[in-house]
This record gives sequence, structure tokens and C-alpha cells, in this order.
Amino acid sequence: MSTAAVPVPEDWHPPDRGVVGIASFIVAEAALFLMFLIGYLFYLGKSLNRPYPAQVLKTPVFITICLLSSSATIVLAERALRRDAVRRFLLWLGATILLALIFLAGTGLEWRELIVDDHLTIATNVFGTTFYSLVGLHATHVTIGLIFMLIVMIASLTGFPVQTQERRIRFLSWYWHFVDVVWVFVFLVVYVIGR
Amino acid sequence: MPIESTAEQPRVFSLSERLYPWVASTDHKRLGIMYVIAALLFLVVAGAQALLMRTQLAVPMNHVVSPAMYNRLFTMHGTTMVFLVGMPLLAGFTNYLVPLMLGARDMAFPRLNAFGFWAFLFGGLLLYYGYLGGGGLYGSGSAPDVGWFAYAPLTERAFSRGSSTDYWILGVMLTGFGSLASAINVIATTLSLRCPGMNLSRMPLFVWLMLIDSWLILIALPPLNAAQIMLLLDRRFGAHFFDTQAGGSALLWQHFFWIFGHPEVYILIFPAFGIVSEVVPVFSRKPIFGRQAMVAAVVAIGFISTSVWAHHMFTVGMTSISNAFFAASTMLVAIPTGIKIFNWLATMYGGKILLEVPMLFCCAFIFHFLIAGLTGVMLAVAPFDWQLHDSYFVIGHFHFTLIGGFVFGMFAGIYYWFPKATGRMWNGKLAKLHFWLFVIGFDLTFVPMHFLGFLGMPRRIYTYAPGRGWELLNFIETVGAYVQAIAIACFVINTIHSIRKGRRAGGDPWDAWTLEWSTASPPPEYNFEVIPVVRSSRPLWDLKHPQDPDWKYE
Repeated sequence: MSTAAVPVPEDWHPPDRGVVGIASFIVAEAALFLMFLIGYLFYLGKSLNRPYPAQVLKTPVFITICLLSSSATIVLAERALRRDAVRRFLLWLGATILLALIFLAGTGLEWRELIVDDHLTIATNVFGTTFYSLVGLHATHVTIGLIFMLIVMIASLTGFPVQTQERRIRFLSWYWHFVDVVWVFVFLVVYVIGR
Repeated sequence: MPIESTAEQPRVFSLSERLYPWVASTDHKRLGIMYVIAALLFLVVAGAQALLMRTQLAVPMNHVVSPAMYNRLFTMHGTTMVFLVGMPLLAGFTNYLVPLMLGARDMAFPRLNAFGFWAFLFGGLLLYYGYLGGGGLYGSGSAPDVGWFAYAPLTERAFSRGSSTDYWILGVMLTGFGSLASAINVIATTLSLRCPGMNLSRMPLFVWLMLIDSWLILIALPPLNAAQIMLLLDRRFGAHFFDTQAGGSALLWQHFFWIFGHPEVYILIFPAFGIVSEVVPVFSRKPIFGRQAMVAAVVAIGFISTSVWAHHMFTVGMTSISNAFFAASTMLVAIPTGIKIFNWLATMYGGKILLEVPMLFCCAFIFHFLIAGLTGVMLAVAPFDWQLHDSYFVIGHFHFTLIGGFVFGMFAGIYYWFPKATGRMWNGKLAKLHFWLFVIGFDLTFVPMHFLGFLGMPRRIYTYAPGRGWELLNFIETVGAYVQAIAIACFVINTIHSIRKGRRAGGDPWDAWTLEWSTASPPPEYNFEVIPVVRSSRPLWDLKHPQDPDWKYE
């Protein structure tokens, strides 16, 4: 107990609290999404009136490619930051932000078409209910990630020494990967299984 | 106190000067104390609601409260006890003790910790604001009245006008965010802030329990939040998740709620397990029996508890395969729980038992929790449950787990660590009076409930007709409720008195073995002058007995 009697163990390296914290947060988020995915699967084919998924949903290939490749660009941004190449970091971060914006714009256009042309709202049937809540929950998470990336971008452009925050950028990138992985499941459930 | 010693002449502090260090605090000890105080205040509120209900049911055809008010009472009583008493009490104990037991100076994320507390507190106030604003624009309705598990479709707009259910959703969701913040913090603290030498195998059992507990919070609370978001979408945006007329399913709410709701009861009982596992060894003067088995048992309970939820739903007409599965998984919980009970008994066996008040509460805990477990196994038998579901037998069962289990454990913890947190000792006579009145009152209230269940009394009825043989038992229950209220009054008086006038406790009044007793009482803001180094699961024993340390044998 006292330091005199017992030497400090040399190899005492408990894990980084930030790593544990962000991992725990992602577990909780995964549980949240799981319930919405279960809800979507549970209500497949239970809509009492039109439109049904097969009639109105188109596979969003382009924005999916955009979102998934944004995982690659943020890794490149992280790598640039680790080498203190701030300009290159900002470039890749900007690319990530752009891809996220394209994704959100694509979702917006998809929703516009569904609402205006196909008359599908959250109140139309249980397909509308589960579709807008699941995709909307995911889009909310994309938006939150986007806001964080914009904060990093603006702070660095106005002179904040972003290279000191390598660890926090890593956590932001983990969150972003998580959002992308969730999209893989949403994509599979909504656009592949659900049609 | 540093202020008294440094100030040349006593200075009167204004209220805001005295409140500021608490309100702005990120210190885990202050937050822990604030959690416990807030929880105890809500305990008094929810206890008063219970007293009103018991008064209403004391005699047949009584008119103390109206049927609508009775619905609000049992809803608010249940919601308050689970989310505003149980969750903050466990968060309070965890916040206060985990860093001290691990030899750390604070939690991993102190500001997140403060956020968690304030989210809980304002969530609670938002829930209670329902009494004022629940009418909403419709002007109908008051506090939430849909029961603490808020079954659909009663929660839909068509049946619950006004805003009362929205306050239930938002208030509970906010406290849930607080619990999640606290759980993430506990996991990060436990894994990352252990002092050198504190392996997982040397970690105090309380910390182990809270680690698994936080893990359960992490995977059990988001399903509730998800279901509440869906319900809010239903109520405010016209979605149809639980709207049976548009293809929605009321059954899905039940599944979603109990996927949260059943792990929740283990979330509540784990801190009590943890406290008993710390108190029983110290007052038996023996190390805990079967440490590894205790840890394995709690991990097993954590696992099993995620696959038992539908035993709350035997009567909704699931398939017989589902019934069989959930009956079997529920009974399986009895095995690791039995291991824990036998290990506590084996710790006491042959020990030099000191019947101080914390130990008395632990004995009452083991006895009553055993009965709660046995009635739980009875209810796990699906046909038995078909007969007694939604009867007073169920009320008796879960109050045995939540008071006989959780609350007795919490009182053991409060009496055990009160000297540590305040630096003062409580009054022994008042504490014993509290214990005996509380246990006797508890048994008077909740033992008859089992028999009332057999006699067919359903839960949640605001009154009953005479001549069914329910009168005497109901009257005894009400008497017991008032005895419990007197017991709580003893506790409150004792606490307020002892904080000011109690004798000084010193750093280690119980001659205990975990790290929190190695520092002063109350601990300084930095907890430990020198970060300790440990070599066994009883570091303070090693320090007190250098000739015979534990690490020689572990």
C-alpha cells in the first residue's frame, strides 16, 4: 500500500479513459439503433395502405458510396494529422464534410420525392412511420458528426492548433465510422431486405 | 474544515456563497452526496404517495382520493421510485465510492459526471411539472396516469389527452441520459483510473458489481429511450408505432419496455449486492467467501438478465415455445443468485459477527431478498403467472425485491459510509429504532400482499367492495405503511442531528479493508495525498498487518 514498501509496478498501463468512454458510448448508440432496426423489420409488410416500400423506394447507390468513402477520407485526415501535416488534414477533413453534405442532400432529395410525389409521410402508414424514424435517426447522427467536423474545421482555419488534438480527432473519427457502419445495416434492412 | 482554521474571525457566508461550490462542483464526492440527497427527497415524495394509496385502501369503499388521482398516484409512485430514487441512489453510491475504492482522485470525466446529475435532477422536475402543466392545450389531464410501464395504446393521443404522457416521456428520457452519462463514466473510471497494482482480480466487489451494472445500463436504457422516442413520434407527429388502428402494435411496446424493464431490476439490485458484499465481510471479520465465484455469478446474472424480459408478458398470449424459453431463462437466474446468497452466508459462518446497524440491514437484506427470489421463481412458472399476474402477489413480490432487497441494501450502505462522507457517527439507538420499525413495518405491509394476491385482489384498483375477505389484510398493510413512515422519520432525524452533533468518526471507524477507509473522513477533495499502490484485494489489511499481509496468500 505505501510506496516505500511496494515498488510501483513497471508495466502499469491502464487503457486510455477516452477510448473506454467513446467505446461505451458507441455500445449505447448501437443498442438504440438496434431497437429502430427491429422496429423496421417487425413492421415489414404490415402497412394497411399504400404506398409500399417496393413501389416507392429506389436504392440510393450514389450517396451510399459517398458516405462509405467518407470513412476513408477521415482516416486519411487522421493520418495526416499524426504527421503534423495540418494542410493535408484540412483537405481530407473538407473532403469528408463534402461527402457528408452530399449524403444529407441525397437523403433530402429522396425524402422530398417520397413526400411530394409519392405522398408518403410519417403518418401515412407503418412503413412511413418506421422508414422516416430509422433513416431520420441515422441522418440526425450524420448531422451531429457533421457539426463536430465543421467545428474542427472552423477552429483550425481560425488559427486553433489542431495538431494538439490528435486524440480527440481520433474519437470523432470512431464516431464517424460507427455512423457509417450503422448505414450499412440501415441500407441492408431498408433497401435490400425491406423491398 | 480549512475555512474555520484559516479565517481570523468567523464570517457569515451568504446562501449563494454556500450553494456555489455545490452547484458548480465536478467533484465526485459532492456529486455523489447530491445524488443521494436528491434521491432521498424523492423517496419522501414517493413514500407520501404510497401512504396516500395505502390510506385509500385501508377500508373498503373509501373516498380519500378519486379514481383518477389514484391512477396518477401509482404512476408517479412507480416512476419516481425507479427513476428518481433507485437510479440516483445507485449513481450516488457509485460516484462517491468507486474513485475512492480504486485509489483515484476523481471520476474519468468529471464534467460529464456533473451533467449526469443535473440531467437526472431536471428530468425529475420535468416529470413532476406534469402536475402543473400536464393539462396542456387540451386542459385535460394532470400528472402522468398511465402506469410506470405506460402500456400502449393507453398512451396514444386518443386515450391520453393533454400533455401528461409527454411529460412522462421527456422527464424519464432525460433521467435516462443522465444514467447513461454516469454509466459511461463508471466504466471508464473502473478500467482506466485504477491505482497501480489494482488488478481486476483485486478490485473491490462493489466496484465489480458497478462495472457490470453500468454495462447493463449501457445496453438496457437505450431500448427504453428508443421506445419513448417512438411513442413521442406517435403522439406528436402522427406516427403509428403503437397505434393499433393503423397497423401498429401494442405488443411491441411491451417487448421494448421490458427489454429495458427487466435488466432494470438487476441494475437496481446490483449496487445492493455490492454493498452487502462489502459490509458482510467487515462485520464478520472475515474476507469474502468465494470472491471469484461472486464475480462470476454477477457476470452470469448480467448475461441472463438480458434474455428474461418476456416473463412480464406471459398473459398476453405468446407461443408456448416463447413461454417455455422465458420461464426457463428466468429460473436460471436463481442459480447465480443462489451462489451469491450462499457465499454471503459462508462469509458469516464462523466469523466474529458484529451486529452493528449496517450488518443488521444486510441480514434483513439476505432474508427478505431470498423470499423475493423464491416468489420470483414461482412467478416464472408460466401457468402460475397466468393465475396471479397483475394481482397483489406480484406487488408483494417486487416490493420484496426492491425494498427488502434494494432499499435494505442502500440503508446498509448509508449507515456504513455515513461516517466516511460526513466525518460523524450516527446515533446508534435511533438507527436501531429505524431498523426495527422499518423491517417490522415492511413485513406488515408486504407479507399480506402475497395472500391478497391468492385471494384475487388485482393491482391498481382504487377501492374494493366489502365482503371479499380482503378487509383485514388491507388494514394491516396500511398500518405497516405508517410504521415504515415513522421509521423513515427516525432516519431523517438521525441524519440531520448526526451531521451537526454526531461524535467524530475518524478515518476508519469499522476497522475495514478497502482503500476509501485509508483517507480522512470526510476525504479531502484530492482523495489521496499519495496515489496508493495495492498488492491484494484488502490493501488496508496489508497496511495494518505488515507481518501477515494478504498478498502472501493471494
